[in-house]
Amino acid sequence: MLLARVVGTVVSTQKSRKLESAKLMLVQPLTLEGQAAGAAFMAIDSVGAGVGEQVLVVVEGKAAGSALRRSAAPVDAAIIGIVDRVDGVDRSA
Amino acid sequence: MLLARVIGDVVATRKDENLVGQKLLIVQPLTPDRQPAGRPLVALDSVGVGVGEEVFFVRGREASFPFLPAEVPTDATIVGVVDQIDA
Repeated sequence: MLLARVVGTVVSTQKSRKLESAKLMLVQPLTLEGQAAGAAFMAIDSVGAGVGEQVLVVVEGKAAGSALRRSAAPVDAAIIGIVDRVDGVDRSA
Repeated sequence: MLLARVIGDVVATRKDENLVGQKLLIVQPLTPDRQPAGRPLVALDSVGVGVGEEVFFVRGREASFPFLPAEVPTDATIVGVVDQIDA
């Protein structure tokens, strides 16, 4: 799972039936220090995240589909948690 | 599977209901000679590990297998603690 920030939303009227009512968000992966790392991508949201929040994103099809509670949904990334805090990061450990 | 060190943890109150009770740990992948390899990521714990321990984790669809029959949405899960590496 990746730490990311929600940086936007995507509206799509015409889409796969398996994506109906799914919330489509844009997420920017972050380093542990909160810096942007790599390109932003789209993820469905199953926890009610908002723009600006730091979130946990799974980047794998089966996990994203189970977050959406749909089998064989055409998704490969999902927001599955909202980060309260990151603890005890010891890069030298 | 990748070698890694547990370097921290993540607290998330609002999360997928199938993640309730799961430990979210930050792991730094390692080379066999214990140098950092690539960016840290967040993994679930299926064996009971803590910060500082050397572990190995699995990625992809198989990461949810340790929790079956629960459908836990994870793409990375710690599945073992390293006692020793002979390389």
